[in-house]
Amino acid sequence: MTGFRTLLYKEVLRFWKVGFQTVGAPVLTALLYLLIFSHVLDRHVQVHGVRYTAFLIPGLVMMSLLQNAFANSSSSLIQSKITGSVVFVLLPPISYLEFFLAYVVAAVLRGLMVGVGVLLVTGWFAPLDFVAPFWILAFALLGGGILGAFGVIAGIWADKFDQLAAFQNFLILPLTMLSGVFYSLHSLPAFWQRLSHFNPVFYMIDGFRYGFFGVSDVAPENSLAVVAACFLAISAISLAMLRSGYKLRS
Amino acid sequence: MGVAVSIDRVEKRFGPLRALDGVSLEIAEGEFFGLLGPNGAGKTTLISCLAGLARPDAGRLSVLGRDVVGDYRAARRLLGVVPQELVFDPFFSVRETLRIQSGYFGLRHNDDWIDEILANLDLTAKADANMRRLSGGMKRRVLVAQALVHRPPVIVLDEPTAGVDVELRQGLWQFVQRLNREGHTIILTTHYLEEAETLCGRIAMLKQGRVVALDSTHNLLARFSGHTLSLRLAPGAQLPAALRARAGERGGFWQLRLSGLDEVEPLLAGLRAEGCAIDDLRLAQADLEDVFLGVMQDAPEMPDASGGPPAGRGR
Ligand SMILES: Nc1ncnc2c1ncn2[C@@H]1O[C@H](COP(=O)(O)OP(=O)(O)OP(=O)(O)O)[C@@H](O)[C@H]1O
Ligand SMILES: [Mg+2]
Repeated sequence: MTGFRTLLYKEVLRFWKVGFQTVGAPVLTALLYLLIFSHVLDRHVQVHGVRYTAFLIPGLVMMSLLQNAFANSSSSLIQSKITGSVVFVLLPPISYLEFFLAYVVAAVLRGLMVGVGVLLVTGWFAPLDFVAPFWILAFALLGGGILGAFGVIAGIWADKFDQLAAFQNFLILPLTMLSGVFYSLHSLPAFWQRLSHFNPVFYMIDGFRYGFFGVSDVAPENSLAVVAACFLAISAISLAMLRSGYKLRS
Repeated sequence: MGVAVSIDRVEKRFGPLRALDGVSLEIAEGEFFGLLGPNGAGKTTLISCLAGLARPDAGRLSVLGRDVVGDYRAARRLLGVVPQELVFDPFFSVRETLRIQSGYFGLRHNDDWIDEILANLDLTAKADANMRRLSGGMKRRVLVAQALVHRPPVIVLDEPTAGVDVELRQGLWQFVQRLNREGHTIILTTHYLEEAETLCGRIAMLKQGRVVALDSTHNLLARFSGHTLSLRLAPGAQLPAALRARAGERGGFWQLRLSGLDEVEPLLAGLRAEGCAIDDLRLAQADLEDVFLGVMQDAPEMPDASGGPPAGRGR
């Protein structure tokens, strides 16, 4: 257990020491989104019977949480691969399960810190409810876990920073931006609505938002089932990669 | 004395290249063992297989009886490796680095030992400096310290003295020799052959992934107990072809291995007869460098070192 705890501690320290970039910057980005969109839309739009700004806040919180969970594990791994310092965690008797858990838990913690930060700076702009805190927490943890585990996969697979950037720009960013953060699916044409149901991030956002307002596009139980299944699948893939030593042990 | 490290018919290929071509070695507990060989011979690859950083294609390796694949956690706890590449984690100070490394090995209150390592490696003054602010030689010393945090019974040093100044090299060897006296098994690779000659009790020489010599340092030196004649020719003079075939060049000197001192006279007479003028001449007892060059010259070249049919191999 000490191996796991130390690796987790190191991973948390790693992002905390540069917290200005790893937590501060994404909070500012989210705040900018909120200022612009609520300025343009708040007077005209209501979604699920809530004011647009209030609708937008949980989505922004979750989007930031997810993106940063992914960024944490993936960039930590690729950095240590490229600098070679990954040997320090490959030489000790750390099992692949401990390795996986440390990176994923650290990613979730960074995601949560960013999420709470976004909530603190945006929460002033609209009255928020916390109708069902259990759902909020469950979706935050599982969503962060999925993206953290996905970051482990991407960080192991990528050999160069630009490969990881491609992953981030062409997959993570579209999936999170087009997941219903900025709109309700019901406002989309039928085709795009159906397509959106194949985006796992949609269920994370939708379920998370349910925890605030008690309304959602999809029943939260269904969303939770989809998200939990995703978490199990992506963890299994990630664990299998770590176990085989893929790209880490030649 | 038990077996510290057992390496049994290990093969490792990178594509068509046979980096390790059936290496077998046994290193006893308490030995100070040298692993020598030219660049690309496979030394680092062998160490990587031992440390679990690379997976052998065939063969088995174990540390104090623990298989490095099947029982990897036990094997890794028994092994401390100083990697050849100068790597460091730029986020942390020296002390943080060592505390974290201790934690990876399950050790939580290790500061007494960390302080002792720091003192022995002359790093105490830099304990709280960030890794980025250390010079290259200091970073190398931190790598050595990291390998020692868990007091491993078997310590592998892959060129630990590259880029380390003379004073510290002495300090490092004193420390490593002390660990060896206290019972730690030491495996060392280095290109400084005088170091290997004075430190190592036994030596394996690797060439193109094969062990081409394995013996005690004493026996290796005795095997080539002859003398070496070093000649610097006058500008424009050419070494006769017959001699050139058996001579090696080092530092502007032609070096000829002699089987006995009685060879000197006829050799010089021959040169005079050819009109070959000599600028400088030295006669020296063979050292490990001569042994090394001799072994590497005598060992058969493997024309198929980068491929070739695997037919007829053991497994
Ligand atoms: N990851 C790798 N991929 C492909 N080839 C490799 C890899 N690692 C090593 N090799 C090759 O395997 C051979 C042995 O390399 P190795 O690093 O073990 O040599 P070495 O004896 O440690 O050399 P040096 O004295 O230069 O450190 C070399 O030909 C090298 O190019
Ligand atoms: Mg090497």
